[in-house]
Amino acid sequence: MMASSYNAKEEDGHHHPGSVGSGGPGGVKSKKPDNTAFKQQRLPAWQPILTAGTVLPAFFMIGLIFIPIGIGLFVTSNNIKEFEIDYTGVDMSSPCFNCSQNYSWNSTSSCSCSVPFTLDQAFESNVFMYYGLSNFYQNHRRYVKSRDDSQLNGDKSSLLNPSKECEPYRTSDKKQIAPCGAIANSLFNDTLELFYIHPNGSRFAINLVKTGIAWWTDKHVKFRNPAGGDGNLSIVFQDTSKPVNWRKPVYELDPNDPDNNGFINEDLIVWMRTAALPTFRKLYRIIQKKKDNMTPTLPPGDYILEVTYSILTINVTPDYPVRSFDGRKRVILSTISWMGGKNPFLGIAYITVGSVCFFLGVVLLFIHHKYGNRNNNADIPN
Amino acid sequence: MSFFGLDCVRKKEREVERKIRANDREYNSTFKYATNSIKTSKYNPFTFLPLNLFEQFQRIANAYFLILLILQVIPAISSLSWFTTVVPLVLVLSVTAAKDAIDDINRHRSDRKVNNRKVNILINGKLTSDKWMNVQVGDIIKLENNQFVTADLLLLSSSEPLNLVYIETAELDGETNLKVKQSLTVTGDMGEDLGALGSFNGEVCCEPPNNRLDRFTGTLTFDTQKHSLDNERVLLRGCTLRNTDWCFGLVLFAGPETKLMQNCGKSTFKRTSIDRLMNVLVLFIFGLLALMCIILAVGNGIWENQTGSEFNNFLPREENTAFSAFLTFWSYIIILNTVVPISLYVSMEVIRLGNSYYINWDRNMYHARSDTPAEARTTTLNEELGQIKYVFSDKTGTLTQNIMTFNKCSINGKSYGDVYQQYSGERLEITEETTPVDFSFNPLADPKFLFYDHSLIEAVKLELPDVQAFFRLLALCHTVMAEEKKEGWLQNTLINLFLTYPSSQHQSLCLVGHLVYQAQSPDEGALVTAARNFGFVFRSRSPETITIEEMGMQRSYELLAILDFNNVRKRMSVIVRSPEGKLSLYCKGADTIIYERLHPSCRKLMEATTDHLNEFAGEGLRTLVLAYKNIDEDYFSEWKQRHHESSVALEDREEKLDELYEEIEKNMMLIGATAIEDKLQDGVALTIEQLAKAEIKIWVLTGDKQETAENIGYSCNLLREEMNDVFTVAAHSPEEVRQELRDARLKMKPSTEPNKFLVPEVILGNTPKLVQDESVEGEYGLVINGHSLAFALESGMELEFLRTACMCKTVICCRVTPLQKAQVVELVKKYKKAVTLAIGDGANDVSMIKAAHIGVGISGQEGMQAVLSSDFSFAQFRFLQRLLLVHGRWSYLRMCKFLRYFFYKNFTFTFVHFWYAFFCGFSAQTVYDEGFITLYNLVYTALPVLGMSLFDQDVNAGWSLEFPQLYVPGQLSQYFSKRAFMMCVLHSCYSSLMIFFVPYAATYDTARADGTEGADYQSFALITQTCLTVTVCVQLGLDLSYWTVVNHLFVWGSLGMFFILTFTMYTDGLFRIRPSSFAFVGTARNCLNQPNVWLTVALTALLCVLPVVAHRFFSCQIAPTINDKVRNKMREMKEPAPRPRHPRLTRRSTRRSGYAFSHAQGYGDLVTSRRFLRRPATSRSTAFNSAGRSPGFKPTGRSAGYSPVGREQNPKQKVEPTSLQKFRTVIDSSF
Repeated sequence: MMASSYNAKEEDGHHHPGSVGSGGPGGVKSKKPDNTAFKQQRLPAWQPILTAGTVLPAFFMIGLIFIPIGIGLFVTSNNIKEFEIDYTGVDMSSPCFNCSQNYSWNSTSSCSCSVPFTLDQAFESNVFMYYGLSNFYQNHRRYVKSRDDSQLNGDKSSLLNPSKECEPYRTSDKKQIAPCGAIANSLFNDTLELFYIHPNGSRFAINLVKTGIAWWTDKHVKFRNPAGGDGNLSIVFQDTSKPVNWRKPVYELDPNDPDNNGFINEDLIVWMRTAALPTFRKLYRIIQKKKDNMTPTLPPGDYILEVTYSILTINVTPDYPVRSFDGRKRVILSTISWMGGKNPFLGIAYITVGSVCFFLGVVLLFIHHKYGNRNNNADIPN
Repeated sequence: MSFFGLDCVRKKEREVERKIRANDREYNSTFKYATNSIKTSKYNPFTFLPLNLFEQFQRIANAYFLILLILQVIPAISSLSWFTTVVPLVLVLSVTAAKDAIDDINRHRSDRKVNNRKVNILINGKLTSDKWMNVQVGDIIKLENNQFVTADLLLLSSSEPLNLVYIETAELDGETNLKVKQSLTVTGDMGEDLGALGSFNGEVCCEPPNNRLDRFTGTLTFDTQKHSLDNERVLLRGCTLRNTDWCFGLVLFAGPETKLMQNCGKSTFKRTSIDRLMNVLVLFIFGLLALMCIILAVGNGIWENQTGSEFNNFLPREENTAFSAFLTFWSYIIILNTVVPISLYVSMEVIRLGNSYYINWDRNMYHARSDTPAEARTTTLNEELGQIKYVFSDKTGTLTQNIMTFNKCSINGKSYGDVYQQYSGERLEITEETTPVDFSFNPLADPKFLFYDHSLIEAVKLELPDVQAFFRLLALCHTVMAEEKKEGWLQNTLINLFLTYPSSQHQSLCLVGHLVYQAQSPDEGALVTAARNFGFVFRSRSPETITIEEMGMQRSYELLAILDFNNVRKRMSVIVRSPEGKLSLYCKGADTIIYERLHPSCRKLMEATTDHLNEFAGEGLRTLVLAYKNIDEDYFSEWKQRHHESSVALEDREEKLDELYEEIEKNMMLIGATAIEDKLQDGVALTIEQLAKAEIKIWVLTGDKQETAENIGYSCNLLREEMNDVFTVAAHSPEEVRQELRDARLKMKPSTEPNKFLVPEVILGNTPKLVQDESVEGEYGLVINGHSLAFALESGMELEFLRTACMCKTVICCRVTPLQKAQVVELVKKYKKAVTLAIGDGANDVSMIKAAHIGVGISGQEGMQAVLSSDFSFAQFRFLQRLLLVHGRWSYLRMCKFLRYFFYKNFTFTFVHFWYAFFCGFSAQTVYDEGFITLYNLVYTALPVLGMSLFDQDVNAGWSLEFPQLYVPGQLSQYFSKRAFMMCVLHSCYSSLMIFFVPYAATYDTARADGTEGADYQSFALITQTCLTVTVCVQLGLDLSYWTVVNHLFVWGSLGMFFILTFTMYTDGLFRIRPSSFAFVGTARNCLNQPNVWLTVALTALLCVLPVVAHRFFSCQIAPTINDKVRNKMREMKEPAPRPRHPRLTRRSTRRSGYAFSHAQGYGDLVTSRRFLRRPATSRSTAFNSAGRSPGFKPTGRSAGYSPVGREQNPKQKVEPTSLQKFRTVIDSSF
């Protein structure tokens, strides 16, 4: 007989005279605990255990699922066309070498350089143009917090009294900076243009679309221009100062398009969405596919990347300065798939993990056959 | 209402002596004695918050978080918003504060209730009803029946004869039997005369307030006469007046100065070994935290030097590198603070509380007969129940029921008591189906007495002279008292009980129809009851006569002498004159003693009886040999004369009497032998067997004699015949004891090296050395008597003793004093790295219950003292196996799983920050959103792990009991140890690497499906958060072996909650309210719609658990643990196979059990001295003290109360005033 049921059966049926004394006549309440599954810890439960019958099939199944997914991912990633140009100008031979040097420039003029490149393959569909920076610590804590989201959201009071976090880019010339903070101040301001060199030698400017590059939520929720001024942003921002590194105030970022000006300028929005890692790329422009669908968006051939540097007021370097900390500036042209940009990691990882699972399954199956039966069927010494 | 467990107010200055003048408030107030109002509450509404917070911040964990909070306020350091710390801290603090507040409100309420009780105070010669709190020292108050004693009082007078009062002291010492107090005659004479009492101006000079319940010294000066006062005259607060119409008392100590309040000091806090381990681990964690922060601070210094200084264009900085590194150190302290989990301690308390409730709720530990459920009185020690290695058990009342039954006998060479198969002559097992002998012919028979051998009753009915002599002897030769009952017999019984032996330590009740026996020892009661059922009914006794009913005929024997029992004589005799005038001596005693004094003609009978005795002893029965002798009238009168001379002799009285006894107890005729079973409690043998299988060592520490203890040892399976050897250490000098111990050890293990057993172990400088476990071939037992134990416990020999004892399977210590019990426990605690449990039921077990890691009290028969000082209590010893093997094991398992998982999830969470530091310039940037950091421990992961630690069971209760070996891993601390902790750290390391680097690689320099940047900070944070939450959930799912509905709800609910709250926090609405706090607006929508993200999450979670599953499966295949095996078996069969019922263990041996009336002197003295009927007030207390028992409160006293099956548990309900009159008439008539 089982030891646990021994007590219960023996005593459950008993009448117990001992409890008579504790209450009055009639209303005798036994102290016997309630017989509920919860209190008796007998709640019905699913009790999974790791048996060969569950573990081994699981391993094989994972292998069988992961490997095809991995192959799919890998193929997809490989089909994405991507072209990258480094225009930092570190090398003497680089066309942008001159601009990146410490020449004394007339502050009103700008420097530009042309980087020729050749695409071997045609880029179909929409082509996305990115600028990439490396070794740029957009994720540094002091950098990340140096912004005022209320101000960027068009809050009037924050506009004129930005958060302390913006220091030291909070005020300039006794006026509040809009947008304040280190992030906005370091807005990437190289101007990139793309030209197609027709085999006959003529240059065609490629139409670069500068809207639609930011998240919808950022553009419509997170960033808003302060109200007032009847849509005239220069009035709205009249009591504020431009960020110290900027050449022009925030309301002149895109004077032609009121929906892309001020705080809701998409270049600003993209920049303000800080990167998680020191090497990152940010969407700069979109080259939309041709209407006719017949010709590729970017046919193979020669191109020229025209980089125009704005001069930062406080710096003597004409370009966006990254060389001092070993940064790199790149331009990336890329197509996109359902899984995003080119990144072979996931595909390889899935294939690897799937294979490892499969292999482990085989090994464990072997072990199970060799030892498992012996050990599991062995009697428990009593 | 209970005063226990409440804090007392401390007295400011020490009083040397207390002076009180009755009825003189003015005089007494000059001393500024405390008034009778008590205050056990800690706070009032104004002091609650500051005081409670102050107390809470004394806890190291809370203080740590307060410091963190302060750090967070410093802008240069603050890497996290203040609310990430404040929210959990406030939650933890408010939960604790709420609990404290409720406790304190209850205390206020009970204080108010107590302080506002009404009592009659004598003011200016008039009785006025007033509140308790207004009572002052020196007042005279009047108490009525069933009232609580208001303060510590000097008893002045009472309604009862001889100025006695009866009190119940359950509040003080838990004992429910009544005690007697008596006032001085000089004050008692005042009676109810208010005038006399009002003008009473006695002065009391007594000891200052103290906490000794059993002692009081002082003097009363009245009418220029000094009277000494002792404990007998004092009523203590907390007692209840019973069976006394009224009494008057003078207040000596009031309120906080009463002995009760002085006594309720802080009890010692017991901590579990996991608690102690946690302390070490927390230190280690602090070290780890500091190490990580130092590494990161150094990294920050290097980064600032190399990259940061060049990054100035974008991110200007003011401070220099070293200062920046310094600040970073503190910033990282804040970020990585989650390695020291704030909710850990709170969660542990909750888990323990939950598991304690399971113990209270367990029906299988509920005893129906006494209506007692098990109770976890301490809710902080549960998991230690799963690690018990040594059980120290009391014997009487714990292993045995302290009920003796007359089982067998041998009369004139014929053995009775066994039942034989009618034809084959085979001996039958006595079961519940066996028909007992029908005693209905005898109207006075005790219906509870069961006997199965019909041949004995035949013999009685045939009037065989031997059989008659046998029962006549049993009916005559004893010191039992009989009481005839008409109505309300129980009340009378109780009254009589304490009337006769107000403080008797060995009192028994045999309730039979109208006839009640009260016997000094249960053995005697059993024998007299047996005689009664077989037609020789002991009816009544007076100092000179014993009246018995022999087969319906009433006969009165003249009692001429009682030759009482003592330890040396080991026998008792009575000399009686039958109604026919024949003089006889009846004697019963230990076989060896009686055999020496038998007439040579009994030789043949002796041989037959010896065979029977051996047989009885072999079955574990306690035997007794009976003999008689006819005495010549002349010789007797001459002997009587000498006896009288000796008994009044001033010198060598004892020796002279002994000689006389020796002389007359000679040449006796053997009648036969009795065999009494010392009934074990239900299931003791099985429980002990189960515990032994769980490798729990059981040491029995008993006050009993060696023979008795050994016998019980055999009958409850502790000692077995198959054991290789049972060593007995009974020596009289330290050298002999040492030699015997050493011999025993060498026999068990011939090649023991002298110095290898001590292992120096330094745990925070505490335990200097430990005695290692030594494995021994075979099974051995050790029996050591009290005398030897005293030597063995001396510091020079304790290690020798411990070494030898620990090599034995069973250790039995006999004749152990309460102090020694505690010493033995302390010894094992000190030198063995093992968890000890002490179980007992009596006041003498209190010391060991308090000393052991876990104290278990058997509630039931012997008052409540053991229970009150215990950590767990239940009604039967057999519940111990369920407490340990089921509840203890589960609690331990759950706690360990909880800790492992808790550390895992927190470390994993935290370490991700560490890896991220290398990619964010060591700037103390967090990986996650601050909202997530705040809620991770409180909401997203709290409930699943709580659910696991409240519901998890690897195998159910039935299987746990089926395979007690499952208990062993707990003893070895296998589930949670430093090693397991390190594994947690490594596991977390691996998981955090996966959780950081898989999203890192998946989003590195790439784009999302809409072409925008793939790895912006907010998306990355959300991806790692999701990976982390999913991973820890999957890991929990792997750890969880018992998925109840609640677990499903918690796990899925928490996971769902993560997504719900994440989406909520990232909504536009919240962003618009506070843009800076909810800056993650839109991240969830924009991120979780990416297939890539989900593929990343799946990959991360799989990579995290894959090695775990593989490893677990692998080790389960290669080297399955006992758990794996049982679980596999459980999978095959849904229910445990019914276990073959163990046949009753019978043993054949020559071990003869000793005769045990009692260890103390018998009651014969009392019976003949007439004191039990007439008690001259003056000599009462001395008379009782001379009998070796002290009246009144004696906390260490033991009342081995014999409680027959139907005894009421709550006698106070039965004590009604109606019994008073009856009782008083008894007394009056006896004058």
